[in-house]
Amino acid sequence: METMKVQNVTPNDMPWKVKYDASRCTLCGSCVSACSFRAIECKVERRRMVFSEGDLPEPKQRFSAVPVIRQVKDVRHYCRGCGICEKVCPNDAIAPQRNPDTRHPILSRCLGGDSIKRGGRKNLEASIRTLDKLRVGRISQMTDPSLDAQRHTFDMLAPFGRILPAKALPFSLDSQNLLQVEATMPPVRWIYPVIIGDMSIGALSWRMWEAVAMAVAYLNEECGMPVRMCSGEGGVPVRLLKSRYLKYMILQIASGHFGWNRIVKAMPHMVEDPAGILIKIGQGAKPGDGGLLQANKVADHIQEIRGVPKADLLSPPNHQGLYSIEESVQKMFLSFNAAFKFRVPVAIKVAASATSVSVFNNLVRDPYNIVGGFFLDGIDGGTGAAHEVSLDHTGHPIVSKLRDCYLAAVNQGRQGQIPLWAAGGLGKTGDLAADAFKMIALGASGVFTGKLVLQMAGCVGNDLGRCNACNTGLCPVGITTQEPALVHRLDVDRVAQNIVNYFLAMDTEFKKLMAPIGNSSLPVGRSDALISTDKAVADQLDIQYVC
Amino acid sequence: MCRIGAIKSLNYVHPSLALKLMESQQKGHDNSGFAMIMHDLGGRFESYKHLPTLSMACTDEGLKRAEDMLHEAGFQRVMQWVPETDPQPGLDIHAMPNYVFQTFDYPKYYRKGEPKDKEELLLDMRLQLRKALEQDEQGFVYSFWPDVVTLKEIGDPRDIGTYFKLWEPDDKFTAKVITAQCRQNTNYDIVRYAAHPFFLQGYTALANGENTFYLKNVEAQRNLHRGYIGFESDSQCFLYTLHYVHRELCWPLRYYKHVVTPLPFSELDRREDKEQLLAMRQSLANLEINGPNTIIGVLPDFTLFTCCDAKKLRPVVVGRTDETVVISSEVCGINDILPDRDWETDIYPHEREIVAIDNSLEVQRWRQ
Repeated sequence: METMKVQNVTPNDMPWKVKYDASRCTLCGSCVSACSFRAIECKVERRRMVFSEGDLPEPKQRFSAVPVIRQVKDVRHYCRGCGICEKVCPNDAIAPQRNPDTRHPILSRCLGGDSIKRGGRKNLEASIRTLDKLRVGRISQMTDPSLDAQRHTFDMLAPFGRILPAKALPFSLDSQNLLQVEATMPPVRWIYPVIIGDMSIGALSWRMWEAVAMAVAYLNEECGMPVRMCSGEGGVPVRLLKSRYLKYMILQIASGHFGWNRIVKAMPHMVEDPAGILIKIGQGAKPGDGGLLQANKVADHIQEIRGVPKADLLSPPNHQGLYSIEESVQKMFLSFNAAFKFRVPVAIKVAASATSVSVFNNLVRDPYNIVGGFFLDGIDGGTGAAHEVSLDHTGHPIVSKLRDCYLAAVNQGRQGQIPLWAAGGLGKTGDLAADAFKMIALGASGVFTGKLVLQMAGCVGNDLGRCNACNTGLCPVGITTQEPALVHRLDVDRVAQNIVNYFLAMDTEFKKLMAPIGNSSLPVGRSDALISTDKAVADQLDIQYVC
Repeated sequence: MCRIGAIKSLNYVHPSLALKLMESQQKGHDNSGFAMIMHDLGGRFESYKHLPTLSMACTDEGLKRAEDMLHEAGFQRVMQWVPETDPQPGLDIHAMPNYVFQTFDYPKYYRKGEPKDKEELLLDMRLQLRKALEQDEQGFVYSFWPDVVTLKEIGDPRDIGTYFKLWEPDDKFTAKVITAQCRQNTNYDIVRYAAHPFFLQGYTALANGENTFYLKNVEAQRNLHRGYIGFESDSQCFLYTLHYVHRELCWPLRYYKHVVTPLPFSELDRREDKEQLLAMRQSLANLEINGPNTIIGVLPDFTLFTCCDAKKLRPVVVGRTDETVVISSEVCGINDILPDRDWETDIYPHEREIVAIDNSLEVQRWRQ
């Protein structure tokens, strides 16, 4: 008998235990080859078998070497609970099982001497979401008839771009007493109120990114829905930059400036303007933290697009050279506006924070009228890679912060001048239309979403610690990996189809919410349409409390 | 639901005509009040057209307070009319002790001033009076403007007419434009200020309908102008938007329609003036109204107009003779006061137009 060493890692220390039924296993090996984390392996066990061959019981025993599947006892190759083994097993012989006794958070730090990193969303979820405590309670009845979601037409568009106060519009009257425009106005694009949020071509596999781009093009060109997609920080394939489909892309610049060398070089060859520019300052899932693309995800095409070697790519947590909000306006906004000759709206994305209203106020008072949107990202947002401590313990919920920003604008009579776009866990329950609608009623012009789009594609991760391995480059469903074998698990066309279908369903659901409140255009700021049975929530959001 | 009506004539007409216009529509309102605003006054006010008339319902204390304030501000009273009342027993009316129609000359240092300065002064004065009388409900100040009088009261409109002897036509109390409505704001508390028509600096508006963007309108309007106050009714927003678009922004009336019910983006895109219309829609998104309604409005130059919501969920009809144009929620009211008109020339405005009547009674239809 071996000496027991308590420090040895065993499956019981892991967050997931692999349950294996040898009697059902046909030893086909599918699970082992499909496990991208190498968390299970083939092994030979010495087994004792008791048998009897004669007419009367004559127990004999035999020892034999039997091939079996076992969980790897290694903290670097632990089971993430993704369930791919279960998915591929023809005989239901294997499945991960959550281990409530896991010692992984401690063990991993002790053995690695490094912080835990992962992808996904915040996993410390204790209470019901605020959005689920809100209902659309102002239903039109009698004198104010509801509209008909099927029969009436709805204007489902939201602004992206700086909107001038009416008194600043450069209008003059002509001889026929008609208004004419005398000077250039800031560019404003009216787009679908749900933007597919910034997931970079490094964070996503090339097939996933392509599938999203295809879905967006299809939604625009075949379904008449002007949905926009943000590139994320990491550039855009040059072929796309030079194509007419660029008009559906919002190009993002973050502190690493990744991909912008190629974008700038492609500018003379662009046949369309991009849909917008988004300056990323922070991200809700890991506020105060920069981008993180680990070397094992920096594949050849990413090196090509970003112009970098295969190495960990870290975007600093701040933009070097920007030390104030005013400076950001003058330097970044002005230069990006100028770069596209003031034809393309430039917006900013920040992580929701206790200070968001101050930042927003400064931008709202921007004297140059060049801040084209305030994208506010809450704590429930997803990420491809972050330190777990940041993911779980930093950040600010989006709902009240969005509301605070909107009301700050209302107090100054400036609502709508900088469109507010909100994100952070929206659609977490699968119902983005309801979440987006409530955010819009609280003052958002629109919302952006990322993690939900991954789930449309087949992401198996959840907020209970399942998978969350986007950072490893070993995504078992080919979404956040650059391993060719894994990427090819993803069916590009089916992913695109899922996204398109989801948006079509969501569009119908939007109308089903707009019709009962009698609105044919988006009810931005119509908080009177919302009620809450939670007094504290109602008070904080300044909406009606009901019971 | 409200019923609204307006009369514009080449001749001075008496308010009895407005009462008759509304009488047959009473099944559509609830007989809870009567309110009217008269522009372009005849009779006893005709020779004071250039001087502001104060329309107010108040207590004795309220009257004293208001007179003191006006005196202190330098206004000099040149004419006063106290309507003779007939307080028969059994009338359904919640009458105030005093109904004041007083015409004033401007303070000396304003008399040769710019019209704009006088207009701002009159608004400030009315707001001050309202504030002073509002706190202990000593009075309600409806308008203080040249060539305009307002009467609002709670009760049955027929009884209100009897009380003020408005059923008996005379040539002393007349106007060329009268707008009227017969319902208090029964959705909420009964407040005298909540009855349309509403008035601000020469602009009058009254509406039949709901404004589902009320909150958005209110939140935006509160910061736009000091005169945008009260908001006792969602229909006040229609007036304030009219005032803002036409007076503050100096845009022609036709653009009012583009602000309150903007064209869908798909239609905007096909327009030659899409750049202007889109900028308007963007910048004034908070002034959009998004519910069923019909609006009747009067401009300071006495142009009368009407327009509807974008889905035409509220009715309105325009009937006319050579001398009179009547706008009303229901055609039965027009039949009562213009029985001999050619009804084939009646206009049923559609959801994408403004029908405007100028002082020569020329009817213009501006397609949005």
